[in-house]
Amino acid sequence: MALILNEEQMMVRDNARAFLADKGPVSHLRKLRDTRDPGGFSRELWKSFAEMGFCGILVPETQGGSGLGYVEAGVIMEEIGRNLTPSPFLSTALVGATALLRGGNSARNGELMPKLAAGDLLLALAVDERTKHAPSMTALKAERSGNGFALTGDKCFVVDGHVADLFIVAARSAGAPGETDGLTLFLVDAKAKGIEVERTIMVDTHNAARIRFDRVHVDADAVIGEIDHGWLPLEGALNVGRAAVAAELTGVGEEAFGRTLSYLKERKQFGQPIGSFQALQHRAAHMFTELEITQAAVLKALQILDSDFERAAMFVAVAKARAGASATLAVQEAVQMHGGIGMTDEFDIGLFTKRTRVGQELFGDAGFQADRLARLQNY
Amino acid sequence: MSDLDKFGAETRAWLGANCPSDMRLPLEDDDDRYWGGRDAKFKSEGQRLWSERMLARGWTVPEWPKEYGGGGLSREEGKILRGEMRKLGCRSPLDSFGIWMLGPALLRYGTEPQKREYLPQIARGEIRWCQGYSEPNSGSDLASLATRAEDKGDHFLITGQKIWTSYADKADWIFCLVRTDPAAPKHLGISFILFDMRTPGVSTKPILLISGMSPFCETFFDNVRVPKGNVVGELNKGWEVAKYLLTHEREMISAIGLTAGRPLGQIAAESVGTEAGILADTCLRADIARFEVDAFAFRLALERTGDLLKAKQANPAISSMLKYYGAELNKRRYELVMSAGGSAALEWESERSRRGEAARSWLRTKANSIEGGTSEVQLNVIAKRILELPGA
Repeated sequence: MALILNEEQMMVRDNARAFLADKGPVSHLRKLRDTRDPGGFSRELWKSFAEMGFCGILVPETQGGSGLGYVEAGVIMEEIGRNLTPSPFLSTALVGATALLRGGNSARNGELMPKLAAGDLLLALAVDERTKHAPSMTALKAERSGNGFALTGDKCFVVDGHVADLFIVAARSAGAPGETDGLTLFLVDAKAKGIEVERTIMVDTHNAARIRFDRVHVDADAVIGEIDHGWLPLEGALNVGRAAVAAELTGVGEEAFGRTLSYLKERKQFGQPIGSFQALQHRAAHMFTELEITQAAVLKALQILDSDFERAAMFVAVAKARAGASATLAVQEAVQMHGGIGMTDEFDIGLFTKRTRVGQELFGDAGFQADRLARLQNY
Repeated sequence: MSDLDKFGAETRAWLGANCPSDMRLPLEDDDDRYWGGRDAKFKSEGQRLWSERMLARGWTVPEWPKEYGGGGLSREEGKILRGEMRKLGCRSPLDSFGIWMLGPALLRYGTEPQKREYLPQIARGEIRWCQGYSEPNSGSDLASLATRAEDKGDHFLITGQKIWTSYADKADWIFCLVRTDPAAPKHLGISFILFDMRTPGVSTKPILLISGMSPFCETFFDNVRVPKGNVVGELNKGWEVAKYLLTHEREMISAIGLTAGRPLGQIAAESVGTEAGILADTCLRADIARFEVDAFAFRLALERTGDLLKAKQANPAISSMLKYYGAELNKRRYELVMSAGGSAALEWESERSRRGEAARSWLRTKANSIEGGTSEVQLNVIAKRILELPGA
């Protein structure tokens, strides 16, 4: 398969590009921030996402979705990145949908997927418990109780946890933290008794939540996949999240770079455009190079998720590590090359910097991904 | 099964059956590479068999047309062949500047008789070529070159000096940039010409490098008589041919680190040991892992760039990006080879160290960001031709 977008995928990109630039530009994020919007995203925009077929991008057409793949999803994420558009697309349409679709249970999916595709159901993956991503360290307890389980423990950095209807919770049903065996995934109603949600507005004005589970009862049929064997489906969902965030960061980095490049051509000092100075030209050329190489890694990861899902881990690790590092370079250089104006709240570059920092942490930063690569290569 | 799947399966089977076990990667020594040429000798029976078998299929130059000794494969088939060779760890059957640099330029700019004369010889490895580009006073400013070709009716008389001519002392022929019109602006008076290194007036002198090796030479021309028919492309328009060839040279240097040596994790494990399954030196491990992330991504970028160029979705100057990054990456790789190897990698003469193989290779890589256009020149090209920054 050629490592470029095919014609259909380019069409998805062009549609998403036009749609998001129109309906979800950076000013949209600013407005949500400045009005202290209670949800942190626009329900109206989410409805438009549904009409565009984005909410159900991965959902089969028989269940009301678009029946497309991860490359198409990644293409949309990249445009989201360019515009910094806040929405539950990542948590619901990609990570959540993947966990459920790959977790089996056709009756449950038959009920939930049409709602999800219609934009009427929001999901959130609750995995992190520590300040750094470490899924194998999951400690939240799942104890047998009645006809199901009781969940007790704390989760943090649950993206869209403050608005989700259902949580996908990684819990320890056996073994000890650090072990990948003994984990189970549960689908939990956000309104269940014993759940306490604290919305955490992050530095990038996107949202997450800290969630406390205090003996929350779930029935046995709330299990996604198999009891004690939740690691594989969890990793699957996380890999999708990692690749998707990598695609988003590609968009963030490309846009920050594009804006910087325009500025280098416009801004004059010493009577000439600052882009004529070789010191800046070389840094711009280096940035371009880093971003281009990342594009290849990200597209490959998305293609492998479509063609060979179980073999994607290494490709995803490389994509996420690269995307985090090159977007970080792009936003740092963007502020520096814009000079003082890049430090102002009024100017957009700072928002790209903030989103990049959050994207780095989400589902494991560049160091986490490099460590994964090393482990997969046995050193 | 699609035709390409079928091709892949057949190729895999053929390579598995025909690539001798001692012709698999990694390369143990620099002379494990087979360069061909008039005086070439095979290092081993395996090397001879492998070279001959690949040659019989046209797979020393798989994507060249069959009439010029190639395999006639499509780009997709070529990609599959390279992929299968990589998976099986097959060595290159023939390394050659003729294949990597001159061939593509001849395919584009050569006359039909020139193609029929030179391309099959290149494919068969009969002639070893060297490149006469740089001069003592023309490095990054290559177009200022001064080697003069004087018009003598049916032939030229060439006088001047080249430097950094790779393997000139081992080469049979040279492709060379010469000034044919000294009155014209510097880019417009250059021609691209081919001649035999045995022609009277040609002499070479190897240059001893920091690696203790002499892969480069000074090359001197003293009234060398060359037929006019040996000019490739139009007279005085050699700069166009030269630039086209440079894009191929850059691609060649880009890929230089990708087939090299043993995995870094393995070298490091032997030297620092492991604890709980990971390298005991965690700082070194992190450096290696970050390097491998970039190397892995770079391999994909090479693949993607090829696909983009074919789909006409990339700027041809993109080869400068690959050259820049690939060269810096290979230098980083060898810094890690030395770091992972510790004091054992510092031994310069012992048999144990294979006469300082690691250290000599490490030193050799320092030229990667100089040869074929320095990293700084590549960044200039990107800034000017891709980013369209002003006044570069």
